[in-house]
Amino acid sequence: MTIQRLVAGRQDLIPTDYIDPIKQIRGVQSVEPRLWGYYYDALSGANYTIMINAALEDRIGEIIIGSGVSRRGAEGMPSGEMRENDILPFKTYDGSILPLKIKGLLPFTSELVSADLILMSETDFRKLFPIASGHATDLILTVRNTKELSTIASKITQLYPDTRPILRDEILRTYEASFDWRGGVIMMVLSGALCAFVILAWDKATGLSGEEKREIGILKAVGWETTDILLMKFWEGAAVSLASFFIGVLLAYLHIFVGSAILFEPVLKGWSVLYPNFRLTPYISVYQIATLFFLTVVPYTVITIIPSWRSATIDPDSVMRG
Amino acid sequence: MIFHPGIMALLLGSGLTASMLCYSTYQGMRIIRSWDINSGSEHQLELERRTYLISTLMSYAMGFQLLSLFLFIYTADTLSHLFIGAMCAAGSLKVNGLGYPTLILKVISCLLAGLWLIINSTDNKAHDYPLIRTKYWLLFLITPCLIGETIVQALYLLSLKPNIITSCCAVIFSTDNNTFLSDLITLPVSLSQTVFFLSAPITMALGLYVCLKGKGAVLFSIASLSHFIISIAALISFISIYFYELPTHHCPFCILHQEYGYVGYFLYVALLVSAIPGMGTGVIYPFRRIASLRSIIPTVQKKLAMVSIISTAVFVLIAGYGILASNLSMEAY
Amino acid sequence: MIRLHDIRKVFNANKPNEFVAIDDINLSIDFRRTTALTGPSGSGKTTLLSILGCMARPTSGRITLKDREVTSLPERFLTEIRRETFGIIFQQFNLIKGLTSLENVMIPAYPNGEKFALLNKRAMALLDMLDLAGKADSKVEWLSGGEAQRTAIARALINNPAIIIADEPTAHLDTNLSRDFMEIMRRLKNEGKTILIASHDPMVYKSDVIDQIVEMRDGKIVSSGNSP
Repeated sequence: MTIQRLVAGRQDLIPTDYIDPIKQIRGVQSVEPRLWGYYYDALSGANYTIMINAALEDRIGEIIIGSGVSRRGAEGMPSGEMRENDILPFKTYDGSILPLKIKGLLPFTSELVSADLILMSETDFRKLFPIASGHATDLILTVRNTKELSTIASKITQLYPDTRPILRDEILRTYEASFDWRGGVIMMVLSGALCAFVILAWDKATGLSGEEKREIGILKAVGWETTDILLMKFWEGAAVSLASFFIGVLLAYLHIFVGSAILFEPVLKGWSVLYPNFRLTPYISVYQIATLFFLTVVPYTVITIIPSWRSATIDPDSVMRG
Repeated sequence: MIFHPGIMALLLGSGLTASMLCYSTYQGMRIIRSWDINSGSEHQLELERRTYLISTLMSYAMGFQLLSLFLFIYTADTLSHLFIGAMCAAGSLKVNGLGYPTLILKVISCLLAGLWLIINSTDNKAHDYPLIRTKYWLLFLITPCLIGETIVQALYLLSLKPNIITSCCAVIFSTDNNTFLSDLITLPVSLSQTVFFLSAPITMALGLYVCLKGKGAVLFSIASLSHFIISIAALISFISIYFYELPTHHCPFCILHQEYGYVGYFLYVALLVSAIPGMGTGVIYPFRRIASLRSIIPTVQKKLAMVSIISTAVFVLIAGYGILASNLSMEAY
Repeated sequence: MIRLHDIRKVFNANKPNEFVAIDDINLSIDFRRTTALTGPSGSGKTTLLSILGCMARPTSGRITLKDREVTSLPERFLTEIRRETFGIIFQQFNLIKGLTSLENVMIPAYPNGEKFALLNKRAMALLDMLDLAGKADSKVEWLSGGEAQRTAIARALINNPAIIIADEPTAHLDTNLSRDFMEIMRRLKNEGKTILIASHDPMVYKSDVIDQIVEMRDGKIVSSGNSP
């Protein structure tokens, strides 16, 4: 659980003397202050997230950066990325320059969460940002029993009405809702394509060629019944829709997991200056495939019911009259 | 409203099914108005062609309805993490007062559609479409049910908002609540076991009587319906806990999960396949006196009874295997 | 024995282009006899043939087949009867392109759900009987006129029907092939089949294979008598 302090609806610094009373609440295991913030680098035009790290406590003047930072900070440099012992200059709150040496890179595989991250010691942090001692950006709380989270959160707000506890679950849910919403936007756009597809299917199904009409007429004349023709049309439709469904799913799988979703990337990742590069882990969900099936094969089947019925009910004597 | 593909698929599917049924009912009315089997006029021939269309539409509607029943539960399950307190479909359905009614209406629609298809196929076996008026009037019964289900489902899905507080299946299906469900669970396991293991052989025996003697269809169909309800109650009351190996986990939806080998699907499909033909034997019983159906109905009833008996047996076998193979033992309960 | 009572067939009823194809038809067809329907085009031969062959329902009147009334049977039962009782040879042969002659011969039997291997054997035997064994695997587009005709005949025989119906079978054939056709009909007649042929070709209706001639004009039967 994260505890922030709100002043006039915006996040403000939280006094560290809130910590002890909160620790007294039953069920709280530990309360730690956190120092972090956003730094806008005019040179590269990017926003970095800066956080203090206990491991760098004594290593003043040294920083560990994420891969997005190293790429961005190296704009125009021949190597394309910043490396160990390169210097990254920072503009402090009072206008002076604070040069910090890169002493480590965060692993490439954690890019999704660390691309724009810079870790530094508390001393350097306070040189950069005017946060008075006795204050922190927010507090991190751990509890023994997760079921108690909401109770403890309400106790904290009772104790300090100017605070806002945020549960990790809520953060996850908000992210999920955001992605769902973005996914929904794409679906709305694609629904136009789906409509076009349905109309095309209808057109193809109703426009029975003269040849096909003749063939069905012959079948009916030699002893096939309407139900037999409907069954034949059903198998035809099933073969077509299942084959194309399978091919579509295969292509989609390749597009996303091999091609990293090139076509949808911009909409889903959002707007930013720093983009993490990451590989999506291949994952097949039966549920997703079932939903896709419902959204594609079902409308196709429904739209072809009436046309196939019409062709199946051709009179048996049509070939004789014809 | 949550922009989830599963929700859109359900809304689309239900919408399509409902419109197929409305269209069928409309066509059925046109057919009833001017049907005359003895006429050879072109109009009559056209009407006969239309009956094929309605049969096809209803068969597809039944298929979609069955699929959407499982898709609905699956979607509720997937969305469960958006709601505080929900851990599976049971919680999602409790978010607003429309979740469980939707589920019940879906099941009823499935049963009604299945019974209609039985009547339809019996009618088609006779030489003169004796039940043509009856079956298309019956559509007036089924269509409102399905439209109702579509509307209730839409209302339920569209009013879902994340972060709503709901209860998880452990709470809903627990012994503390004062609900009908908890009464079910607090029934001592021995009682519900007795009822279930009595109902199953009695139902099967009645079915066998129908198969061998061709009599007692109405009794058998009533028994099938009651066994359907008893089986669901039994699932909640004592069968599920053996699959979960947890005496307090009574949820009927969690058995559909992958970690239990998707056994829930087999159980529910077996239930539906035993209930619909079983009830079907009684539904076509009133028509046995019609001349063209006199020789057909007994045969149909026998086949339906056979299917129902086998399916009931399958359900009992799967449930029994689950109970015996489970690491849980409910001796002192 | 097929009996027709007061059969009337109207197309486009109650519309401006209403057309009475046949009217006032009373006819008996005996088994094991070969009957020819003659008359100019437009006389209703084809319509009468399609009603006799249970391919169409009359607008009014009654039909009995082997003493069973089939007038108002729904399509699914009529089709079953037609499949078992009748074998039809069309004017244009009407074989399905893209399939081999063997496959074409087997098609009318598919709805019966017979075992494929047995059906295959029977079809081959029929093709053999008509000297087409070598052409079994050829696509029908590649068959000559005579071979296509014999394939059509084989197809009509696959369900071992009691009655063969042929609609203008010699319309697209030369003299030799027409003669061959009538010889095959003679063979079938000797095997006990009932044959109905609609034709305005004298080679057909003047042949000695024919037992009865039914003459039609403007949708009505003008005369029906035994062939001299």
